[in-house]
Amino acid sequence: MAEVILGIETSCDETAAAVVAAGREVRSSVVSSQVDRHARFGGVVPEVASRAHVELIVPVVAESMVAAGAEGSDLDGVAATAGPGLIGSLLVGVSAAKALALVWDIPFVAVNHLEAHLYAALLEDPELEMPLVVLLVSGGHTLLVVMEDHGRYRLLGSTLDDAAGEAFDKVSRYLGLGYPGGPAIDELAALGDRTAYRYPRPLVQENPSTMADDRRFAFSFSGLKTAVVNHVRSDPDALTADVAASFQEAAVEVLATKLRWALESTGAPGACLGGGVAANSRLRERFGEVCDGAGVQGFLPSREMCTDNAAMVAAAGYWRLRHDGPSPLNSGADPNLGLGFLV
Amino acid sequence: MLILGIESASSQVGCAVGGHEGVLASAHSGRGGLHAENLAPQIEFVRRQAGIELGDLGAVAVDVGPGLFTGLRVGIATALAVAYALGLPMIGVSSLDLLAFPARWTGRLVVTALDARRGELFTALFRQVPGGIQRVRDANVCTSAELVAELQALDEPMLLVGDGALRYAGAFQAIGRMELAEQGLAHPSARALVQLAHARAMREEFVRPWDLEPVYLRKPDVDINWSTRQGGS
Ligand SMILES: [Zn+2]
Repeated sequence: MAEVILGIETSCDETAAAVVAAGREVRSSVVSSQVDRHARFGGVVPEVASRAHVELIVPVVAESMVAAGAEGSDLDGVAATAGPGLIGSLLVGVSAAKALALVWDIPFVAVNHLEAHLYAALLEDPELEMPLVVLLVSGGHTLLVVMEDHGRYRLLGSTLDDAAGEAFDKVSRYLGLGYPGGPAIDELAALGDRTAYRYPRPLVQENPSTMADDRRFAFSFSGLKTAVVNHVRSDPDALTADVAASFQEAAVEVLATKLRWALESTGAPGACLGGGVAANSRLRERFGEVCDGAGVQGFLPSREMCTDNAAMVAAAGYWRLRHDGPSPLNSGADPNLGLGFLV
Repeated sequence: MLILGIESASSQVGCAVGGHEGVLASAHSGRGGLHAENLAPQIEFVRRQAGIELGDLGAVAVDVGPGLFTGLRVGIATALAVAYALGLPMIGVSSLDLLAFPARWTGRLVVTALDARRGELFTALFRQVPGGIQRVRDANVCTSAELVAELQALDEPMLLVGDGALRYAGAFQAIGRMELAEQGLAHPSARALVQLAHARAMREEFVRPWDLEPVYLRKPDVDINWSTRQGGS
């Protein structure tokens, strides 16, 4: 039985490797963030990211192996994120992982990045009961998913335009707060008045039962971002702290409301947060309130598990290997890979 | 010493195994855009054809560019991982040196020109020296018109090699004593890589995986990809 898995994650701007045993015991997890290399551009530049992955992949893998006290002969498989993400970045991790699998003569397994995020909470709390409602919010994705069992997911809704984290980055950039935008807005919002301005809450209304299914759990952040930009343009004296706090309040209220509706509609016994935006302090606060209000077990993974890392890739790879077996050595990467919704 | 050579800087991808007895096995494929899919199975294929184990290798050689970025990275990431996993030294070779290598017998000036897309070429100039061929002008990226102007000023017999030379063949007709190398020599080859790398291995010209430097010759475009941005915030 494949027990010890080396995970590799290079889908965006983190080069990461981790060694995880039995899909739950993290023996090492190394993440090398490229955030400084992209900061001056105000966002992730694909070619800069790909070049950095080539530079970092071997040092990061080597560090994860040393930290775990592992040799190639101790491993039972190599898992790598094969999508969704930036194609040039994904190919670095997939190519390295297949080469390692070939040399060490162990299975290679291609992992879906979104599925990996769903495993982050289970890594920190293996006793979490399924079905589990997962709110996955980052710069690249905004999803509400029900995890019924390993490899069995049901998508409730996703964003129709911008991802939540993307809206944070864009508003931050517009306000001149720098990059990455999420932490900047979070920090400044603490100094502002979140009731100062009433920005729109897209796709949220009093009575969700009158909404069509494909809109009830869907998100839209592009209009909110535009409303903030238009407001600041027409009211240049508005305090950026108040703008940041009011924007964050609107975005978080949309996320929290949809989570509450999802819990009501599914009757799931638990919920968890994932993705980089899960580090937002106001979202963490509201997440707790929604779970308490619904009487369900709410699980908040650590910031390290919410953001991109390879431990979650190794965990997802472990389960995928158990259920579906290895991926062929002629696998590639798919920048638009979707979750295989199997329920 | 047995060397694994990995080459993926052009529209082709290939690998070869060889040593002092020459190239034992090689594979090349050119179906567009499948470098990442094809390379690992190719390595397994040449290993089997050569009748060796990967553990028998003494070094990993790789084409470090210049070339098409995505393919280049697939080859380099693969080579780096193989070298790391086997604890082997590496040998990085320029794609343009690989193009010039099969033309080492000619007395003419050898002009290598790889298609860099966007109307540009990766180029370098070589000249025969005792025992081989030597680069006499460093690699650059330029348009075909710029290369034509440079070559016209030289006014000497020359051989143009590479898929870029073939693509802009019309433009190069303007040059006098010019000959175009055939299609079969238009891409850097993994066989040439193993042969060149073996000579360098004999001189112990190795690099450690973390010192291997890809040659891009172009600065990254700074378009931000919002739609696939992940993590962060
Ligand atoms: Zn992610």
